[in-house]
Amino acid sequence: MSEATDTPVLRARALRKEYGKGEGLVRAVDGVDLDVSAGETVAIMGPSGCGKSTLLHLLGGLDRPSGGEVLLNGRRVDNLSEKALSRMRRADISYVFQSFHLMEELTAVENVELSALMAGHSPRAARRRAEELLDQLGLAGRSRFLPSALSGGQRQRVAVARALSNQPLVVLADEPTGNLDSAATLDVLQLFNELHEYGQTLVIVTHDARIAATADRMFSMRDGTFVDETRLTGGTTGKLGALVGLGD
Amino acid sequence: MGRILLVIRLALRDFRRRRTEAALLLIAILAATTTLTLGLVLRDAASDPYESTRAATSGPDVVASVGRSTDLAALEKLASAAGVTEHSGPYPVIGGKLEVSGRTSDVQVEGRDATVAVVDQPEVTQGSWVSDGGAVLEAAFANSLGASVGDPVTLGGRSFEVVGLAVTAAMPPYPGASCIVAGGCVNGAIPEDQNLPQALLHNPGLVWLTQADVRSLAAAQAPISYVLNLKLADPEGAQAFVDATAGGHSGAIRMQTWQSILAAATELARDSQILLLIGAWLLGLLAVASLSVLVGGRMADQTRRVGLLKAVGGTPGLVAAVLLAEYLLVALVAAAAGLVIGALAAPLLTESSAGLVGSAGTASLTVSTVGVVTAVALGVAVVATAVPAVRGARTSTVSALADAARPPRRTGWLIALSTRLPVPLLLALRVAARRPRRVVLGMASIAVTVSGIYVLMVLNTFLGNQPGTGAYSDAQVTVLRHVLGVWTVILLLLAAVNAIVITWATVLDNRHASALARALGATPREVSVALATAQVLPALVGAVLGVFPGGFLLFAAINGITGGDSDKTTLPVPWQLITLMLVTVLAVAGLTAVPAHLGGRRPVTDVL
Repeated sequence: MSEATDTPVLRARALRKEYGKGEGLVRAVDGVDLDVSAGETVAIMGPSGCGKSTLLHLLGGLDRPSGGEVLLNGRRVDNLSEKALSRMRRADISYVFQSFHLMEELTAVENVELSALMAGHSPRAARRRAEELLDQLGLAGRSRFLPSALSGGQRQRVAVARALSNQPLVVLADEPTGNLDSAATLDVLQLFNELHEYGQTLVIVTHDARIAATADRMFSMRDGTFVDETRLTGGTTGKLGALVGLGD
Repeated sequence: MGRILLVIRLALRDFRRRRTEAALLLIAILAATTTLTLGLVLRDAASDPYESTRAATSGPDVVASVGRSTDLAALEKLASAAGVTEHSGPYPVIGGKLEVSGRTSDVQVEGRDATVAVVDQPEVTQGSWVSDGGAVLEAAFANSLGASVGDPVTLGGRSFEVVGLAVTAAMPPYPGASCIVAGGCVNGAIPEDQNLPQALLHNPGLVWLTQADVRSLAAAQAPISYVLNLKLADPEGAQAFVDATAGGHSGAIRMQTWQSILAAATELARDSQILLLIGAWLLGLLAVASLSVLVGGRMADQTRRVGLLKAVGGTPGLVAAVLLAEYLLVALVAAAAGLVIGALAAPLLTESSAGLVGSAGTASLTVSTVGVVTAVALGVAVVATAVPAVRGARTSTVSALADAARPPRRTGWLIALSTRLPVPLLLALRVAARRPRRVVLGMASIAVTVSGIYVLMVLNTFLGNQPGTGAYSDAQVTVLRHVLGVWTVILLLLAAVNAIVITWATVLDNRHASALARALGATPREVSVALATAQVLPALVGAVLGVFPGGFLLFAAINGITGGDSDKTTLPVPWQLITLMLVTVLAVAGLTAVPAHLGGRRPVTDVL
C-alpha cells in the first residue's frame, strides 16, 4: 500500500456555490475547506441533496464557484478560462460518474482511449494504454464489447479505466457504486482499493458507508458544509469484502 | 368539455416548453405549404388570362386572312359559311415601320371601325379606342417599346398619337404575334449577313388605326391584306371548320383557330410554370428533408411524453389527442399562412405575364388549391401523431418512460478513421457517424439546393443572351427573371432553414455526448467546431454532388420536359462551380455557427 504524502495536491478554501437570489437563494456548497494529499483517498458522505456532487463539480472545474478558491498542485484553478479548465481535465483531473457515461456507440477499448486521443496521444499509444488498463482491470476479453453488452460492474470498470487513461493527479468519483448491485459494488470497491495501493489520489462522493470505509479520511456533509471529519485508521486492508460486510 | 380543455392546455404547455422546435416546425411546414400554394395557383393562372381575355373581347373562334385584294371575295364568302354565327371584318391590314421615342419596330397595322365589333373587340386597358389620327397599340408591344398613351408615333412617314393600349384574343401577344400581312413575317434572331425581302416583317407588333387611316397609308405602303374574325356555333370544332372549308379557296385563305392562338399565347406562361413547378419539386424535397428531421426528432422525444401521460392515467385516446392537437395547431397555422403568402406572391409573378398573354387577370386561390394545401399540412400532422401514439400504445408505460432517445448508430470505419484526426474533426466525424440518416438528409438538402442554383445559373445566362436571339423579348426576359428570382429566394430560404433545423437537431441529440466530451477535456470551442463541422462535411459532399451529377441531371430533366435544346445554353465554367461549392460550404458554416456555439457552451453539469 502506498503512503499519502502531506503535500496537498488538491485544496479548496471557503468554497461556495449559490443558486438563485433573495428568498430563493440556495447555498449548495457553503464555505468548504478541503486538503487532499497526493496518494490519499478521501470520501465525502451525506444524504441526497447535501451538495456532494456540486462540490465534486467545483473541484474538477465542471462548474464555477460563487466564492472561494480551488488549487491544484498549488495553482489556483477556479478562475481559469474554460479552455484552460478543459486542458486541466485532460491531464490532471478525471471523473468517474454514477451513470458511467460511456459512449454507447463505442466499444470498451474505444471509450477508454478517447481521453488519451483528446489529450493528443497517437492512436497507437492511446490504444496500447487502453488495452493495458482494461487488461489490468480484468476486462481484456471484453475490450471489443459495446457498453450495452457489459454488466454494470464491467461498465464502471471501463469508466475507471477511461479516468486513468491520462494518469491524472486526482480521480473524482461521483457515487461510483450508486447504480450497481452488491456483487458489482464489491467489484468496484476492490478496484478502488487497488488504485489506492498504486498511489492514485481519489476523492469519492458517496452516501454508502461501505465505500467511505475504504478511505483514509471521511467527511460528512450536510446542507453544503462539512459537519464532521473522520480519519479512518488503517485505511483499506485488501480484504474489502469482509471489511464492508459484502464477502463471506 | 373538460377533456378538450385538458388536451388544449397540455398541447399549449408543450409548445411553451419547446418554443424553438415549434417555431422551426412551423417554418418548415409553412415553406412546404407556401411552395405548394404557389405551384397550384400558378398552374391555374397559366391558362386563365387568355380565357378571360377571350370572354372580355368576344374573341374569335377562327381568324381568317388573305394577302391579296383579289381573294377578298373568297374571304367575304367565308363569313356566310355553314357553322358561322357571327363575324367582324374583313378589316384591311398593312405592314410598316413604327417609330416611337427614337425606336423603330416593324408592325402590322389593322384598320378598325370606331364602333364596337361583335367579334374581336379589343379590350382597352389604357386610354381609348381608335379614332382618326389616333393609334392603339397592343399592350405587350407597347410595354416592350416603353410607349404609353399620349406618345407621338410615326407610321409610314405620318404622325399619329397613341390614344390607347388594348389586348386581343385574336392574336398571341407581342412578340409571338401571328402574321396576317401579305409580305410575311419572321420572328426570332436573324443573322447579320442574311438579307431578307424588304416586305418581310421582323418581330412585328400590332397597331390598330381607323380603316380610313390604314387605307390612306396603304397608298404609300405595301399591298393591303384583309382579316376576318369568325364566331362558330361549335367553338370546339374550330379545326374541323378550317379543314372543311379549306377546299373552297384553294389555300388562298390562311386560317388560325382559337386553340392554336391559346397555345402560342400561353407559351411564356407555360415556360414560367415549368420553371416554378420544377422549383416547387425541389422545394418540396427540401421541405420533406427538414420535416423528416424535425418530426422524426420530436417523435423520438415524444415516446417518453406518451409514457408520462399514460403514467398519470391518460388513455391511448387522450395521448393521441394531445399529440394531434399540437401538430394540428402548427399545421393549420402553417397551412393558412402558406395559402395567404402563396396567393399574395403568385400575382407578383403572373401580373406581368398576364399583360403579355393579353389580360389583366390575376391568379387566385381555388377551393381545390385550399383543399390540397390543407390536406398536405394535416397529413404531416397525422403522420407525426400516429407514429409516437401507436408506439406509445404498444409499449408498456414503464418502457415508454425509460425510453431514451434513439440509440446512436455505430459506424466502425468512421470511428477508426477519426482517431487520426485533431480533436474537433475527431468529434465531428463521430457526431456524424452517430446519425447517418440525418447526415444523408443534410447532404441531400444541400445537393438539391446546389442543383437548383446550378440550373438557375444556366437559365440566367441563357436569359441574359435572349434579347439578342429574339426568342424572348426584353419584357419576357424580365418576367422569366422574376420567376427565377422568386425561385432563388424561396430555395435559399428553405435551404437555410434546413441547415439550421438539422444543426439544432444535432445539437439536441448530442447534448449528452458533447457534455461528456467536455468532461473528458474537450474545450467548448472544440465541441462547437465539431458540431458545425459535422454539418459542413456533408454540405461539402452535397455541394459537389449537387453540381455533378445533380445539376447536370436536373438541367437534362428540364430540357427533357420542355423540349429545350441544351446546345443553345452556356454551362457554368469550372471557376463558377468551384465558387458555388465554396460559397455553399461557407454559408452552411455561417448558418450552423450559432446553434453549434450554443451547443458547445451548454453547462456540462446540467446535462450529465
